[in-house]
Amino acid sequence: MANKHAAEVSAVRRSKHGGLLTLIMTVISILWVAPVLIVLLNSFKRKAFIFRNPFGISSSPISQGFARWQNGIRRTFVGFLNYSNAIKKTTFFRCFGYSLFITVGSVILIVLCTSMCAWYITRVKTKATRTIYILCLFSMIVPFQMVMFTLSKFANILHLSNPLGIIIVYLGFGAGLAVFMFTGFVKSVPLEIEEAAMIDGCTPVQTFFLVVFPIMKPTAITVSILEAMWVWNDYLLPSLVLNVNKYKTIPIAIQYLKQSHGQIDWGAMMAVLVLAILPIIVFYILAQKYIIEGVVAGAVKG
Amino acid sequence: MQKANRKYWWLFVLPTMAAFAIGFIIPFFYGIFLSFCKFTTVTDWKWIGLKNYTKILFVNGKLDTTFLHSLWYTSLFTLVTVLIINLAAFGIALLLTKGIRGTNIFRTVFFMPNLIGGIVLSYIWLMIFNAFLQKISQTIVSNQWNAFWGMVIVVCWQQIGYMMIIYVAGIQNISADLIEAAKIDGANSWQVLRNVTIPMLRPTITICSFLTLTNGFKLFDQNLALTGGNPAKQSQLLALNIYDTMYGTNGWQGVGQAKAVIFFILVAVIALIQNRLTTSKEVEQ
Repeated sequence: MANKHAAEVSAVRRSKHGGLLTLIMTVISILWVAPVLIVLLNSFKRKAFIFRNPFGISSSPISQGFARWQNGIRRTFVGFLNYSNAIKKTTFFRCFGYSLFITVGSVILIVLCTSMCAWYITRVKTKATRTIYILCLFSMIVPFQMVMFTLSKFANILHLSNPLGIIIVYLGFGAGLAVFMFTGFVKSVPLEIEEAAMIDGCTPVQTFFLVVFPIMKPTAITVSILEAMWVWNDYLLPSLVLNVNKYKTIPIAIQYLKQSHGQIDWGAMMAVLVLAILPIIVFYILAQKYIIEGVVAGAVKG
Repeated sequence: MQKANRKYWWLFVLPTMAAFAIGFIIPFFYGIFLSFCKFTTVTDWKWIGLKNYTKILFVNGKLDTTFLHSLWYTSLFTLVTVLIINLAAFGIALLLTKGIRGTNIFRTVFFMPNLIGGIVLSYIWLMIFNAFLQKISQTIVSNQWNAFWGMVIVVCWQQIGYMMIIYVAGIQNISADLIEAAKIDGANSWQVLRNVTIPMLRPTITICSFLTLTNGFKLFDQNLALTGGNPAKQSQLLALNIYDTMYGTNGWQGVGQAKAVIFFILVAVIALIQNRLTTSKEVEQ
């Protein structure tokens, strides 16, 4: 009833201001994506024209005659030259590979290990498990700067300065939030389900993987999304922990595109930015529902 | 059942805890210890007491204002971004819960920048800022206020969509009956907003304010990529100031670590206040 009425109310409102509001929001939305579109446009321009004519498409205005304007367009754009430059300069596909490997590896390891840990510390009540829980909560408020020096040095000593090793570092530094979120969920799972499984002869390991983990799926998705967004975009941790001469993730490659010359090759930069955004947009379109739900769930609990 | 589970601690808890020890526990406590030492790596430490902490403010007996400037600059930056992001996100959330056509597309568009990382975002905007500023012969690092507003714009663009999503969820949780009842009592839409929507949204407002507050305080990537702290360290936010102290000058690692401890205390205090506020709200409901 209430819903039906709300729908009527909004229908009435829609007829009153709806068109105008939609128009205003459309304009704001276009402005909102404009920066990305400008980068996309400039990624096809000759280097020299990016700053000489950042928002236009031709080096001579149309008022000077159509032929010159057309000629100006031809002089401004270089096709995919910036892209081939950028891919060569940054070894983009290798960086993409490292980023993908580290992100996927970290997310799988974090979800697997922290869900097990969270289940254990919720079900087994001892002083030790209580301490673990409190430490996890505590780690969530510690900024990375606090541990960056010691963490990166220890990672070096333990030979974790490679894409495989950094996954363990991510598990360690990302454990707090994940354990917290899984614990919150396990508390709501009725004990009877697990007891029934045990009576049917399941070992604790079987109980966890066959009974508890499937129920946890929504939380696992939320945790995956939050951790993936963090790891994929993270710059400081990998730049300190990884041996950056050998292994660069995408954010590191972009930052080093600036540092290696002092000056920035803006042609290559525009292209590499587009290349960096593309996979994110594809992922966003595919998993939009989960991403937005995950963000809401994460914010309310975190 | 507890007993049966307990045997498996090595399988369930050990992997996470081993990584947690390497990734957090040991670095954290060792970091506190090192803030009282002079060191260049983790093994060559020498106990020097509180000297690192005094060196944050006094160098060779003279007051060094770099850290204080950065603290003040960060506080101002945080204040401005918290206000703009929350007001804008709330406003957009109100519009997007009115059932206007295209709501889903708008929501998708506004949220999109949040998925792009700080480094990528900053270079997108660096190009745009410098393209505009070259018309008045300036760049983003011509002075600290160009840098300030540049960072504000980037951070707003990134976070408004995120906070909007949380506000939308909050607004949708308010029961339609409540708003209807207010309307029947003769409240106009401004009164409904002031006396029903905003009070009911208080928990959401608290969450969003504190998320933006800690995000502002901890901002690093955007600062590094957009301004690098230039001109002359004047646009350094706290996180970058700590990074610069630690890795910029040899022999100053201890001072950097001491600054990091102070930074941690600041962030922890904010988090504790938030925790107090959100839990007391929960009790009220």
